[in-house]
Amino acid sequence: MAHENHEKAIKQVYIGLGILAVITLIEVGVSLFGKGHIIDGVESNTWVIYIAALLIIGLSLYKAKFIIYEFMHMRYEVPGLIRSVLLPVLLLVWAIIAFFLEGDYWKEKRNKVKVRNEMPAEKLVPQGMLDYEWSKEDLQ
Amino acid sequence: MATDTALDHDIEVQSGDAWDGGKKPFKASYGKLMMWYFLLSDAFTFSGFLIAYGALRISSPTWPVPDFVFQTFPGGITGWPLIFVTVMSFLLIVSSVTMVRAVQEGARENRKGVVFWMILTIIGGLGFLGCQAWEWTNLIGHEHMSVTTNPFGTHVESGVYLEDANGDAYAAGATKETFEAGESYLIHKHNGDWVQREYQVTSGTDEGTRMNQEFGPKAFGALFFFITGFHGFHVFSGVVFLIIIMLNAASGVYVERKNGYEMVEKIGLYWHFVDLVWVFVFLVFYLL
Repeated sequence: MAHENHEKAIKQVYIGLGILAVITLIEVGVSLFGKGHIIDGVESNTWVIYIAALLIIGLSLYKAKFIIYEFMHMRYEVPGLIRSVLLPVLLLVWAIIAFFLEGDYWKEKRNKVKVRNEMPAEKLVPQGMLDYEWSKEDLQ
Repeated sequence: MATDTALDHDIEVQSGDAWDGGKKPFKASYGKLMMWYFLLSDAFTFSGFLIAYGALRISSPTWPVPDFVFQTFPGGITGWPLIFVTVMSFLLIVSSVTMVRAVQEGARENRKGVVFWMILTIIGGLGFLGCQAWEWTNLIGHEHMSVTTNPFGTHVESGVYLEDANGDAYAAGATKETFEAGESYLIHKHNGDWVQREYQVTSGTDEGTRMNQEFGPKAFGALFFFITGFHGFHVFSGVVFLIIIMLNAASGVYVERKNGYEMVEKIGLYWHFVDLVWVFVFLVFYLL
């Protein structure tokens, strides 16, 4: 009986290898497709890039879950351990949203600084920054 | 060493069927539980790095396209986008699987099996490190990327080059190379000098103006070397610990222990975590 279980467990491991290998190949395929390496020209559609990115992220998360649950044997741990290890990871959801918004803000600000640097100097010097009345064109 | 103390503690307490207070927290041994929490904290470190990469990438007007940057393969082959890193990923996945086998043999108290599968795991880890060493050598030595210089730029407009790849004027009758917006380029070094090729823009509001290739966002090189380096260092320390524990297993130390081959399980957890991190490094640096 114990011997049979062992054989079964070994088989499971090699099935796992197959699953991870196939997912990795699909990921690389989708990534190259999204960049227009397989069919030329698809990369000019923004939605193709977004769908490819979402697919790749989804597959990576599945790979991560598979490694944690099957290879690291999280499946056999008690629910308390699973929660205490995996729930804190949810904090990252907000970190990702917050820092990506922040990155976007940096980009916006950098553009604004670039525009202001290119503004003609005589407009600024006599009046000073605070007194000058900004028009919409100045700021864009 | 900290792990040893933990282990001694574990063995002492196991006779009482708990760490100290009558019942094992989460029905797990002290060492395994602490390994899980170490990995959790390490996951936050890596997440911090990868989120920083995302924020800086979003904040840059352009970013080098990964399938252009990572298209070389040993043997002077170029134009194989992402193939080499796919090979690296396979090496780590396979070494993860051999580690699972080592843990399984440990559970059956099969000393020879543990040693055999751990040796295969170590070979996989060393293979991965070798690949990474080649990748870095290629990037630093041949493509001249460094922590502060990123020769990989991306065009924001379509245009036509006015100079050839060495920065010299085109020979009479030669066809001029054109490019489209979104295409990446690598600024080469010719006789020790950077060649920032001159081009004329053929689209957009700047149509007709002459420009020179600009260096790409500086952060790219720094992020690449720090994050893949930090992961590579994890692989390296993993290999060192695998070798130590493999030698211990081979010498029969674990036969005597009450918790048997638990050290193999613990290094196994760490090794799978290294593979897990690679899933995300692979995602953000190479696939997206």
